[in-house]
Amino acid sequence: MDKHEGRDAGTIRLNDPWYDALAVGWGEGQGEAAAPPHPAPGGRRAPGASDIYLEVQRSAAFQEVRSRYRRFVVPATAGFFLWYVAYVVAATTAPGVMARPVIGAVNVALLAGLGQFLSTFLLTWAYARHARLRRDRAALDLRWTVFEQERGQERSRSREAGR
Amino acid sequence: MTTEHQTLALILFSLFIAVTLGITTWVSRNRHGSAEEFYAGGRLFSPLENGFAIAGDYMSAASFLGISGLIALFGYDGLLYSVGFLVAWLVVLFLVAELVRNCGRFTLADVVAARMSERPVRIAAGISSVTVSVLYLVAQMVGAGSLVGLLLGDSGTAARTLTVVGVGALMVVYVSFGGMRATTWIQIVKAVLLMGGAITLTVLVLLRFHGNFDQLLTSAAERSGHGARFLSPGLKYGGDWTARFDFMSLGLALVLGTAGLPHILSRFYTVPTARAARRSVVWAIALIGGFYLMTIVLGFGAAALVGPDAVRASNASGNTAVPLLAAFLGGGAGSTGGAVLFAFVAAIAFATILAVVAGITLASSASVAHDLYASLKRRHARQRSEVAVARASAVGIGAAAIALGLLAQDLNVAFLVGLAFAVAASANLPVLMYSLFWRNFTTRGAVWSVYGGLVPAVLLVVLSPVVSGSPESLFPGVDFQYFPLQNPGIISIPLGFLAGWLGTVTSAEEADERRHAETEVRALTGAGAV
Repeated sequence: MDKHEGRDAGTIRLNDPWYDALAVGWGEGQGEAAAPPHPAPGGRRAPGASDIYLEVQRSAAFQEVRSRYRRFVVPATAGFFLWYVAYVVAATTAPGVMARPVIGAVNVALLAGLGQFLSTFLLTWAYARHARLRRDRAALDLRWTVFEQERGQERSRSREAGR
Repeated sequence: MTTEHQTLALILFSLFIAVTLGITTWVSRNRHGSAEEFYAGGRLFSPLENGFAIAGDYMSAASFLGISGLIALFGYDGLLYSVGFLVAWLVVLFLVAELVRNCGRFTLADVVAARMSERPVRIAAGISSVTVSVLYLVAQMVGAGSLVGLLLGDSGTAARTLTVVGVGALMVVYVSFGGMRATTWIQIVKAVLLMGGAITLTVLVLLRFHGNFDQLLTSAAERSGHGARFLSPGLKYGGDWTARFDFMSLGLALVLGTAGLPHILSRFYTVPTARAARRSVVWAIALIGGFYLMTIVLGFGAAALVGPDAVRASNASGNTAVPLLAAFLGGGAGSTGGAVLFAFVAAIAFATILAVVAGITLASSASVAHDLYASLKRRHARQRSEVAVARASAVGIGAAAIALGLLAQDLNVAFLVGLAFAVAASANLPVLMYSLFWRNFTTRGAVWSVYGGLVPAVLLVVLSPVVSGSPESLFPGVDFQYFPLQNPGIISIPLGFLAGWLGTVTSAEEADERRHAETEVRALTGAGAV
C-alpha cells in the first residue's frame, strides 16, 4: 500500500505537526478548511502522535532497518567519494602518470575515466538491489505499524470525546 | 548556415512544441488546480517517466553542446566535467532521493523545517533555493541567446534578444498554465529526443571508423595537433597551481552540488513512493551515464572529422562542435542530408533549453510561494490560493530571468552553471545532510549553515577574477579581486558544513528528540508520507 488517501489521511493530518500550517497547501480551500489552528511554531504539542515515532525508533525492527541502510551507504559513499577525489587530484597534479599508454591509444587517464563510469553504474545496481532485498519489506512493515498505531490512537481519542 | 537550415530547424522546433502542448493538454484534462497538482503533478508519475524527466531536467545545453565542444577542443579535459556530473548522482541516490521523498511535500525547506522552528528555516532555505535557481536560469537564458545566434546564422543582436524573450515567454506560459505536469512531459519528450539524437550521431561516428574506438582516438589526437597530449589531462586545466586548484574546486562543486539543486529535488515529489523515487534515479543514472559516454565519442569524433580549427573558427568555446559534426556526417555543409541532421540537432538544442528552463522556473516559483510568501505574508492578509501565488511568481521569475539574461549576454555560461552548483553545494547540501542524519541539529544550526554557505559562496565570486581585475571579467575596468579562484566551492562548501556545526553547538536550545525520531522513522520507512 503506497498511498492512503481519504478520511484516514485527513484524520492523521489533524493531529500531525508534520503538516504544520505552512507546509499544508494553504488556501487550497478544500479538505484543509477543517484544520484546527496550529500552535506557535516550535511549541510543545500534545503527547501522542510523536510518542509512536519515539517508540518505533527504539524498536529492534527499526534499528535493524537503519543499520542495514547505514552499513551499505556509509562505506559506499566514502568509497566512491575518495575514488572521485583521487581521480580529480591525479588528473590535475600528475598528468604524467595519467598519460602513460596502456593498449594502443588508450592510456591510464582514459581507463580511469571509464572506470568512474563503471563504478557509478555498479554501485547504482548494488544499492538498488540491496535496498530491494534487504530494506523494502521491513520498511513497509514499519510503515504499517505506525499507521495502525496512529489509527488506534485516533479511535480511542474520538471514543473518549464522544463519552 | 543557410536559410534552408533555419527553416528546417524552426519547423522541427515548432513540431516539438506542438507535440508537447498536445500531450500536456491531453494528460491534464479533468484536473483541478490544487497545490499537489501544480507542484508535483499529482504525484502519479511512474519511475520510468520520472527517470526520463530527471534526465531531461539535468542534461542542459551545457552538457549536450558544451562538454562535447570542450572534448573537441581540449581532448581529455572535457571528459573531467562529465565524470563529475555523473558521479554526483550517487550522492543523490544514496543520501537524498528516498529520504527527501519520504520527508517533504514540495520543497527542500519542507524537509528541514519539519524538525525546526518553522519561519527562520523556511526563509533561509527559500532564499538560497531562489538564488541557486536564478543563477542556473540566467545561465540557460544566456546559453539560449548565444546558441541561437550561432545556430540560426549571424543575424546580430536582434535575433538574440528576440530568442531570449521568446524562450522566456514560452516557458512562463508552460509553467504557469501546466505546472509540474506540463513541465514533466516537456522534459520527457526532450530526453527522448536528446537520447535519439545522440545515439544517431554516435552510431554514425563509429561507422566512419568501422567500430574501431582506438582508431577514432588516434585520428582525433593527430588532427588536434597536440598528439598524445590530447588524450591525457592538462591541456585546459594543467597550467599553474591556480588553474589546478580551480579545477579541484569545480570538481567538488559538481559532485556535491547536484544533490542541492531545487529543481532536481522537486522531481522526487512527483512519484508516489520512496521506492519509485529510487527507481527513477536508477533510470536517470542509466540515461545520463549513457549520454555522457556518447558525448565522449561525439567530442573525439568532432575533433577527428571536423577538426579543432574549424570548430574554433565557428565558436571560440566549442559550443558548435556537435552541430558541425552533424552537418559533416549528413554529407557535408551543402548537402540535404547535412542540412537535415544539422536542423535536427539545432531543434534538440532549443528543446533542451526550454525544458531545463521550465523545470527551474517551476522549482523556484515553488520556493517563492510555498516558502517565502507563506512565511513572510502578514498574518491577516487576504487569503490567496497558493497556486495563484506560484503562478504569479513563475511569471515574475520568468521576467527577471529574461531581463538578467539580456543584461548578461556576454557572460560565460559554464561559469554561471559552475557557480549555481557551488552555491547549491555550499548552502543547500549541508543543511539537508545535517537535518536528515544529525540527531543534535538545531534551528540555529540550520539557519547558520544556509547563510554560512550562501554568503561566502556569493562573496568569493564577487571578489574573484570573474567579476573584476582581468580583461575577461565582467567589469574589466576596475580591480577589487582578492580571491584567485573562479569557483568558490573548495572554500565555501566546508564553510557551510562548519557553520552548521558551529551554530548547533553554540545554540541554547536543545535538539528536539521527538522530532528527530519522527524525521528518522519517516525518512527510512515512509510512514505518514504524502
